[in-house]
Amino acid sequence: MIKIIPGIISLILVFQGFNLYQKKTFKQSILDGQEIYYDFCVRCHLPSGIGEQGRVPPLAESDYLINNIEMSIRGLKYGLSGPIVVNGEEYNGVMQDQGLDDDEIADVMNYILNNWGNEYKEMVTEEQVASINE
Amino acid sequence: MENRFLKSLIIGVFSLTSCISQENPPEVKTPDQTKFITETVVDGIDIPWGMDFISENEILVTEKKGTLYRVTNGEKAEVSGLPEIYKRGQGGLLDVALHPDYKNNKIIYFTAGVHIEGDEGGNTALYCGELNENSLSNIKLLYKGNPNTKKGQHWGSRIVFDNKGHLFFGIGDRGNRDANPQDLNRDGGKIYRLNLDGSIPEDNPFADQEGALKALYSYGHRNPQGMTVHPETGEIWENEHGPKGGDEINIIQKGKNYGWPVITYGINYSGTSITDKTSMPGMEQPFYYWVPSIAPSGMAFSSSDVYGDWKGDLFIGSLKFEYLERLVIKKNKVVKREKILDGLGRVRNVKEGPDGYLYIAIEGKGILKLINQ
Repeated sequence: MIKIIPGIISLILVFQGFNLYQKKTFKQSILDGQEIYYDFCVRCHLPSGIGEQGRVPPLAESDYLINNIEMSIRGLKYGLSGPIVVNGEEYNGVMQDQGLDDDEIADVMNYILNNWGNEYKEMVTEEQVASINE
Repeated sequence: MENRFLKSLIIGVFSLTSCISQENPPEVKTPDQTKFITETVVDGIDIPWGMDFISENEILVTEKKGTLYRVTNGEKAEVSGLPEIYKRGQGGLLDVALHPDYKNNKIIYFTAGVHIEGDEGGNTALYCGELNENSLSNIKLLYKGNPNTKKGQHWGSRIVFDNKGHLFFGIGDRGNRDANPQDLNRDGGKIYRLNLDGSIPEDNPFADQEGALKALYSYGHRNPQGMTVHPETGEIWENEHGPKGGDEINIIQKGKNYGWPVITYGINYSGTSITDKTSMPGMEQPFYYWVPSIAPSGMAFSSSDVYGDWKGDLFIGSLKFEYLERLVIKKNKVVKREKILDGLGRVRNVKEGPDGYLYIAIEGKGILKLINQ
């Protein structure tokens, strides 16, 4: 019996570790997303997420972003080009896809959606990103 | 008393605002844009990263996402046979250049982000291959930066040749400025020099130094995305992206340290400082630096007579402000800066064609030929 206890304990630990690995917390996803943002997005969209009027659409308090979550994920996954209207202003640029993995896209979406005055309570998940096609 | 206070307040406010809006001189001018007209050479290319001329009517153009085009009289055909390109952030298929004896050996060189083996992620590689019609064969990997990384930034990379049988190309700091640019044993933040067959010249500056990468030619670079050979002096000229401010033009010299990130005229994107030093003994000063950053890409001297008094001037694309910059150089100094094709789009590349005209690559468009009326 005594011999079994360490075995059970280690099984529980492995299971918990697996669980933690499987389910990244919302908070952790936002933190990881910040790192992705500063690597891939910041040069154009800027640290404040305000973009550049007429050239780079804003992410901060952007109506397009909040109203088109799926389209935004698609843009990150496959690129986005052609005219879009953001906060009443038209933008007609090209954003190439950055070669991000699905979990990285989920993270950066969570960062963008919960920063600079944006608030989106629902967590974007890797599975959700994986389910979106071109 | 009150008067003096007011005065100092005014001076204080004035010097504060002038400090904030300070542009490194000479101030860029915007001449009448109606005299600059363009002809479309090829369109429908999202990011036309690199190009080289087979003849006046035939151009090789890379598209960053991993396509090489052979453009004949404006018609583009996809070239087959490229290795697998690793596309991430600023990386992808980058520059392309014809071997100086391409007419006889059909060899071309290209740089690209690749993931070949080892850790996840990728790094910049230089390849050569033989181009027949629209297909590449005999692909050889000549150099690859290590280690791989999932960072998206700073891959370089342009390819140029001196007239002594050498090839030069660059790799940016790969998003690891504290580890790469100042370490001679690590790839990234470097300009490299190879022989045309990919071997390492015996007289490379660090060829005999233990623990140094033998292909290195210069170091302390951030992200070189423009490089050209001066038509008269034969010097290698380079431009590189700084962080926020501090983009640079450098004349690349053997074994020299260009300072990144120990010295720079730029600051972090967030506004915090990287270093308080803009100069140090043993580190080169840039030939010119931009504050604010224009995000320079591509570089060419005009060496022909087709533009009249532009002969000898330097042309560099601005990704950020979407124009082609003309720099007039006198007595080793930039004395004039001008916007050409203002607002036409993000200028990714500029090159002088065999006909003496400048060919401009614009993102979302393609290649345009510049005519100055």
